[in-house]
Amino acid sequence: MFYRKKETAKVYSQTEIAEGIYDCLIETEAAVHANAGQFIGIYPKDKSHLLVRPISICDVDRENKRMRLVYRVAGEGTKEFATYKAEDTMEILANLGNGFPVEEAEGKTVVLMGGGIGIPPMLGLAKALNADKHIFLGYRDRYNFLADDFMPYGNVYIATEDGSVGCKGNVLTALGTTTIKPDIIMACGPMPMLRAIKKYAEENNITAYISLEERMACGVGACLGCVCKTTKKDHHSHVNNTRICTEGPVFDAREVDI
Amino acid sequence: MNTQVTIAGVTFRNPVMTASGTFGSGMEYSQFVDLNKLGAIVTKGVANVPWPGNPTPRVAETYGGMLNAIGLQNPGVDVFIERDLEFLKRYDTPVIVNVCGKTVEDYLETVERLNDTNVAMMEINVSCPNVKEGAIAFGQKADALFDITSKIKNVAKKPVIMKLSPNVTDITEMAKAAEAAGADAISLINTITGMKIDVNRRQFVLANKTGGLSGPAIKPVAVRMVYQCANAVKIPIIGMGGIATAEDALEFIMAGATAVSVGAMNFMNPYTTIEVVEGIEGYMRKNKVEDIKELIGCVK
Repeated sequence: MFYRKKETAKVYSQTEIAEGIYDCLIETEAAVHANAGQFIGIYPKDKSHLLVRPISICDVDRENKRMRLVYRVAGEGTKEFATYKAEDTMEILANLGNGFPVEEAEGKTVVLMGGGIGIPPMLGLAKALNADKHIFLGYRDRYNFLADDFMPYGNVYIATEDGSVGCKGNVLTALGTTTIKPDIIMACGPMPMLRAIKKYAEENNITAYISLEERMACGVGACLGCVCKTTKKDHHSHVNNTRICTEGPVFDAREVDI
Repeated sequence: MNTQVTIAGVTFRNPVMTASGTFGSGMEYSQFVDLNKLGAIVTKGVANVPWPGNPTPRVAETYGGMLNAIGLQNPGVDVFIERDLEFLKRYDTPVIVNVCGKTVEDYLETVERLNDTNVAMMEINVSCPNVKEGAIAFGQKADALFDITSKIKNVAKKPVIMKLSPNVTDITEMAKAAEAAGADAISLINTITGMKIDVNRRQFVLANKTGGLSGPAIKPVAVRMVYQCANAVKIPIIGMGGIATAEDALEFIMAGATAVSVGAMNFMNPYTTIEVVEGIEGYMRKNKVEDIKELIGCVK
């Protein structure tokens, strides 16, 4: 359901689960309406840092109106968020963007791929999907944050760049070691990974939905800061550009030129 | 208590407008703000044909502000008239259309297309620092500004606002050139050209290398320039640059602006425009100001 407000959320808990990776639970009405793959914006309280930080929704607990955010400290804004403790408030703009097309995957063989800080949104998706789920998680090293949380929702395969856990390589290397023939791939992660998935999906004639990221100013489609090139003319812009915050962040890989 | 202001025969219910490029055509922010409470909606720059804009990254945060190099991406005036102006007809708020172009002919074509619509005014963007051709070239030399303003005034059937660039040696020379060429009003400031470098990657943060700085960081510069222009020309001024609060807006008004625009702060707080409207009313009540016009240029 469409829900969008700027509001004050309350931090329920926050812990560092890997170096520079924080796991934060917040209490907000937005949790009730969030779809897997949507994101929220968090405003730093330090007003020398003005722009809203887009953070993906990892998971929601609708009953308790809690939203789980797992993010990496990347700059001044996220550094501030990492200091928040239980009972602290957080200024948020939620919910933003569109989620993954969960219904389209129903009953199909779905490969979920998450790389690095693109892993968190795949958790809520893994929970929401009613399908034959195979989950591929790509990490840099042995600090496999969230991997255990995925276990109840499908077969989990891990790839690490340094080979310390699971398959040495990336999520596609790991998929190559299996005989899984996906009907649909759903992915979030760094751009080189998404480019490789787009290429793989096109070569194998598989539908892939990928979640993109770009520097953003407004989060609601007004500033045109966070665009991505598209293969066809976009219905809103009438040029080969689409707004990641509004038309995305999840796109059919065939429709974007990345 | 009267908050109405009039510019070139167009009356606005209050002096608070949106700054071009920060509010789309109102659609995105209508979920947060009652557009009927604004003085005017100033739309994102539109050209005669669709523009794809610049490569990404297009935005970067800076201390107390932001840089943007969107490059005036827009769907072209035909789509704008059919879709955006149609949407805005639902509201009883004057619409000011920001017009951009690469050549004089581009501007004139767009102005002519808009002549027969219900827009209240046109704001001519000769000051965007992020497009290589046209635009800024018309806004940094007084004779070029005079020339394009005259040509637009010859064809425009709506009042014309010339939007001035702060990236000049003496902004009053530009204000005077616009006034001499027949501009009905001026608006200032557009963004200040800036740059940000990522020292870890040893690269420019913006794909365009440079971008326009906006946000609270530029407000003192903008207030100063509004004050200078108010003392140099007689035509009304729409002031903008980092307005976040009613106090900020009042600074511009007291410096000589008849109206003000909220820009980058819409991004930081989607309710900024309404908070500024209500804050101005609160100030007037508290200080027993009967008419907002008493405050325009009251600081000499």
